[in-house]
Amino acid sequence: MQITDADRRILRQLQAEPTLTNAELAERAGTNTATCARRLERMREGGSYLGQRAVIDWAKLGYEVEVSLRVSLDKTVPRAFDEFMEVAREIPEVVELQTFLGQVDVRLSVLARDMKHYQQLYRSKILTLPHIADIEALMQVAEIKSSRGLPL
Amino acid sequence: MSFQPDEIDFAILRALSKDATISAGALGRRLDLSQPATWRRIRRLEQEGIIAGRRVALDAEALGFGVTVFLGIKLATKGRVSLDDFERAIAAIPEVQSVQHVLGLYDYRVRVVARDIADFERVLRRRMMNLPGVGNIEANVLLSEEQLPGPLQ
Repeated sequence: MQITDADRRILRQLQAEPTLTNAELAERAGTNTATCARRLERMREGGSYLGQRAVIDWAKLGYEVEVSLRVSLDKTVPRAFDEFMEVAREIPEVVELQTFLGQVDVRLSVLARDMKHYQQLYRSKILTLPHIADIEALMQVAEIKSSRGLPL
Repeated sequence: MSFQPDEIDFAILRALSKDATISAGALGRRLDLSQPATWRRIRRLEQEGIIAGRRVALDAEALGFGVTVFLGIKLATKGRVSLDDFERAIAAIPEVQSVQHVLGLYDYRVRVVARDIADFERVLRRRMMNLPGVGNIEANVLLSEEQLPGPLQ
């Protein structure tokens, strides 16, 4: 699908303020309401605009600890990746699962209520994941930027 | 924490973290709840700060950003570098999608988006390497990513 400058203008404004009404969005993007709605709909159908998601503040739900676990897998096992992912996906405290090209194979974002809870999770659910060759933890101290926006 | 979300609140959070544009009426019908009751619950979750806002979800690749890289950055001269200066400078780079201050092997974890590997190299060389206090940088190219609902029950 061809993305035009007008499309990018709309997405840029929407990214900056997702709760804008269609009329406000159209005005800021320098177009009219009908065109704006049509363009968004077209991008939605084309798969470049995937919708909107609520952002949850986990700390407010009692999850004070967020740890990023970087895992290297045992590559001598043919299905190591798939088997690891299948089990990791089922752990409720895992909020993000990523695979990489580089020193790290897989990364998990894990939430815990406190350090004691984290220690318990780490022992009972993380270390028991299949085919781990090496694991390393980065504990989040602060989130400096989390917009996740694209430089459109 | 005085407000304790119940099962219905968690169901609302699960639904809104997939689609935040769904109306209170439509969401209520799914949960067997009236429109005003659903609206009040959403409002409460927002007031408590549990729903912190909304994020527009875009397909980076479809919009021409084919490469996402995670950087692990270690600062060189800790005592002499102002963390505030570093954080302000790195957060201002448009290609930088997220910055986390972490404890461990690295000081910062940074998510960078670029059009392709050549574009990433440009961002790395022109923007990242010049940041005040940067020591070691490790880069890992993202291959796949899954966002999971998390402990919402």
